[in-house]
Amino acid sequence: MSAADTPVGMPASSAPDTAQRSPWGEVLHSLARSGTFLTGLFILLFWAICALFGQCFVPYDPLASDIINALAPPAADHWFGTDQLGRDVFSRVIVGSRDILTVAPLATILATIAGTALGLVIGYFRNIVDDVISRVLEAFMAIPVVIIALLAIVALGTSKVTVIVVIGLSFAPIIARTVRSAVLAERELDYVAAAKLRHEGAVHTMFIEILPNVIPPILVETTVRLGYAIFAVATLSFIGFGIQPPSPDWGLSISSNYGMIGGGFWWTVLFDALAIASLVIGVNLVADGVHGAFND
Amino acid sequence: MTEPRQAANALELKDLSVAYRVGRRNRAVLRNVNLTIKAGEAYGLVGESGCGKSTVALSVVRYMPRNGSITGGSIALDGKDVMKLDGEALRRARADSVSMVYQDPGKALNPSLRIARQLTEIFELAGVTGQAAEDKAIAMLNRVRISDPVSVMQRYPHQLSGGMQQRVAIAMALANDPSMLILDEPTTGLDATVEAEVLDLIGQLRRELSASILFISHNLAVVSHMCDRVGVLYAGMLVEEGSTRDVFNDPRHPYTVALLRCLPRGGQRKDQGRLDTIPGFLPGIGANIVGCAFADRCALATERCRSEPPPLYELGDGRLSRCHYHDKAQSLPRATPADVPAVAPTQAPPVLQVKGLNKTYGSHGHPLRAVKDVSVSLRPGETLGLVGESGSGKTTFARLLLGLVPPDEGGSIELEGKQLAPRLASRSEDQVKAVQIVFQNPDSALNRSHSIRHILSRALKRLGGLTGKTLDTRLEELVHSVRLTDHHLAVKPRQLSGGLKQRVAIARAFAGDPRIVVCDEPTSALDVSVQAAILNLLADLQSKQDVSYIFISHDLGVVRYLSDKIAVLYLGRIMEFGPSEAVFSGPHHPYTEALLSAVPKLDRTESSRIRLDGEIPSAANPPTGCAFHTRCPRKIGAICKTQEPELTEAQSGHTIRCHIPYAELARLQSLERTLEVKNDQSKKRRSQGLGGQKLDHATKLDATLS
Repeated sequence: MSAADTPVGMPASSAPDTAQRSPWGEVLHSLARSGTFLTGLFILLFWAICALFGQCFVPYDPLASDIINALAPPAADHWFGTDQLGRDVFSRVIVGSRDILTVAPLATILATIAGTALGLVIGYFRNIVDDVISRVLEAFMAIPVVIIALLAIVALGTSKVTVIVVIGLSFAPIIARTVRSAVLAERELDYVAAAKLRHEGAVHTMFIEILPNVIPPILVETTVRLGYAIFAVATLSFIGFGIQPPSPDWGLSISSNYGMIGGGFWWTVLFDALAIASLVIGVNLVADGVHGAFND
Repeated sequence: MTEPRQAANALELKDLSVAYRVGRRNRAVLRNVNLTIKAGEAYGLVGESGCGKSTVALSVVRYMPRNGSITGGSIALDGKDVMKLDGEALRRARADSVSMVYQDPGKALNPSLRIARQLTEIFELAGVTGQAAEDKAIAMLNRVRISDPVSVMQRYPHQLSGGMQQRVAIAMALANDPSMLILDEPTTGLDATVEAEVLDLIGQLRRELSASILFISHNLAVVSHMCDRVGVLYAGMLVEEGSTRDVFNDPRHPYTVALLRCLPRGGQRKDQGRLDTIPGFLPGIGANIVGCAFADRCALATERCRSEPPPLYELGDGRLSRCHYHDKAQSLPRATPADVPAVAPTQAPPVLQVKGLNKTYGSHGHPLRAVKDVSVSLRPGETLGLVGESGSGKTTFARLLLGLVPPDEGGSIELEGKQLAPRLASRSEDQVKAVQIVFQNPDSALNRSHSIRHILSRALKRLGGLTGKTLDTRLEELVHSVRLTDHHLAVKPRQLSGGLKQRVAIARAFAGDPRIVVCDEPTSALDVSVQAAILNLLADLQSKQDVSYIFISHDLGVVRYLSDKIAVLYLGRIMEFGPSEAVFSGPHHPYTEALLSAVPKLDRTESSRIRLDGEIPSAANPPTGCAFHTRCPRKIGAICKTQEPELTEAQSGHTIRCHIPYAELARLQSLERTLEVKNDQSKKRRSQGLGGQKLDHATKLDATLS
């Protein structure tokens, strides 16, 4: 639409031309120019490719043991060396991204969906609903993830689904809190009163009227939570409640090899640790970039 | 530059051009602006939003947004070339010789510092510290007529009312005794009564100080009240300049002519004709302008206007006009026909009858009576105007009608003879669609995530009960009835201008053929030309659909234009209720009288006599007796303090809540009107005697009255 299409008798404001771009277009535009975001995205893409296709291009089978070559230091034929069973550490690090990159994002998505629905409900109804549910959520947030995981595993047994559900549900209250505060601001706007004046139901008002306007804070919170979810998955795997052997998962590898550091076999742990660190940093850079793009 | 010239001109802009860099292109915002403000002069800059007024203010101190740059011309402040100042010198110039007062004092003051700290800071910059700085700060507050400055010094900005905050902001601006004071919309957003006080203050300070004033406002009447000379800005160009009296009474540029016609003046009413509008749009910033910038919107434009840019013609007496046909400017034909269909006065039974409506909020354990015992009635096709300062209960009353908040037990609201449930949820579908609202701020009222098509279709579906083909047909009709086109359906609200958004909001309210539409300050965020178009639209819709309006506005001219009845509210109570003409022509309640006298008028004939002291009291702790007695200029004695007057009928249908009998009010008010006329004559004589020098209205009046 150009200003010239509007009927006579209506002076338009002389909005600068940037206003012609849609709000999402503007966000994408500023993301494309954000070094932080692009660096993070590059790291994420690298690990995503490793997770998807790593199996095809790694030099060795990450599960094949070669006892004779056990604990070989990094060298030309084994870039990152081998572990105590003689498995190639490089191949294991590359392929080890697969499980964590399935479990952590799924857990985050679960947390986002549950948290958004909860946040919309408590923010929209306020009063007693808010008071009761918010206190319950706060109590829930006070319990460490590890304890919840322990209980869940006792009840459900260890599996990836358990890990997803545990992390997803323990992050949901945090997202619910963010959504709630955004909804509280949003529901004071007149379009919500206008919806009431059409006798719209609560579900319509929450999900059709309010939800689209609180997407930006949800997106920011989701990317931040993804970083924490990766960390949580690695931690659970490390203490044995997460991903189970024989997966070459990073947390799991560190857990089974960290006893070797004392013997000078640092390569069995260092590269897995660096992998976790780089993935978390990558996600945080993306989160920073997204936050910046929405709050400029 | 010679010394005397420096003394003569406080500010001199020569061929000033400013551009904003948007999307890798420099877009011109100001185009060769020439402007001179003499020492001690008050210069007004007017124009619609987006024409570059604030950019002028910012470039004077070279305080541009990051993407802004001065692309040409020169700025001389007190004879010093601002463009040549280096960082430190520029900082000194900003600190010593220029001060600015912004529109929103709440944002201009630091919320986490006490007033004392913020004021003494300025003196510390000038080298005065400790007790001396504090004494100076208190003196400054005294100067801006703040009572009890010592206690104000210890407060935080949020503990002061809007008017007080703006006084503090003015005190801060005057602290360094600037030679140039820039006021950017200093009273927009303040109540009319507070605005009048602040304007009086600025007027009085002008005489005490030597400062020249650059006064920026979209409100022509305020500028006319405050300024000696006025410049009209259009698309970054000065299109007309001259003495205020000349420009407003005898405009020589079609744009000025058109702007002035957009205002409802001289008590014009909807049944006496539509307001004129300005067709088309302000050119966007950076637009390539061939010929006259206003040509596209000007009915007088000829081929010459479109091809040859008009120079600033000198018309003598310091008057300038950028129009080839400045001598014919006033023959500009109307853009909107004035004629209105004759409407026979209705005798139909009332569509709305409100009896004894109350609303009490609980505030920290104290009851806060936002609306107290309000009764009104309204016939189909009529408009009820609600006026009063902010905090008088106008919006709460509207929300009670809509059912958004439930009233206290006891009162009743009847729509077409049927009782309306207090809560929206328990009203029937028909009742819900019968009472709708147009909100003040369309940005808040329209869901920014939805397209206009979605917004209006949903309203038609829910309120009109339509689906499928019939919905589409009705949608098209609805869109055309508010003079939008099909192109507008696909876009989101942010892609529309304020006026267009307000049209969408009006269309939504009319989707279910309402009986009553509440208009809560629907034009207060709009430019005058857009306001005129919206008012015309509301009047047209009303005469076509026989709908009734509850019209809330601060602008009494606008209320008068649209309303058939007026209710004046004060602290939730109706102080006066009656037919619009009776309320406006008087005799009126002392509060109404004060409200009316607070409104600055374009023709500068007003009296500044009645000023209300201080702010509206808190509804949590209303005064005893007559709620208005604490500020009433006509208080008659103890009875006002002890006994609340009844709403008594003065004439048929016209009721006033005052202890002073109607005949006495009539006598008092007509007496002062005669005084005023005499005053006006003596004023003229005196100003001639002083060689044309203008004196401040308020002083002269004070002198004559005392």
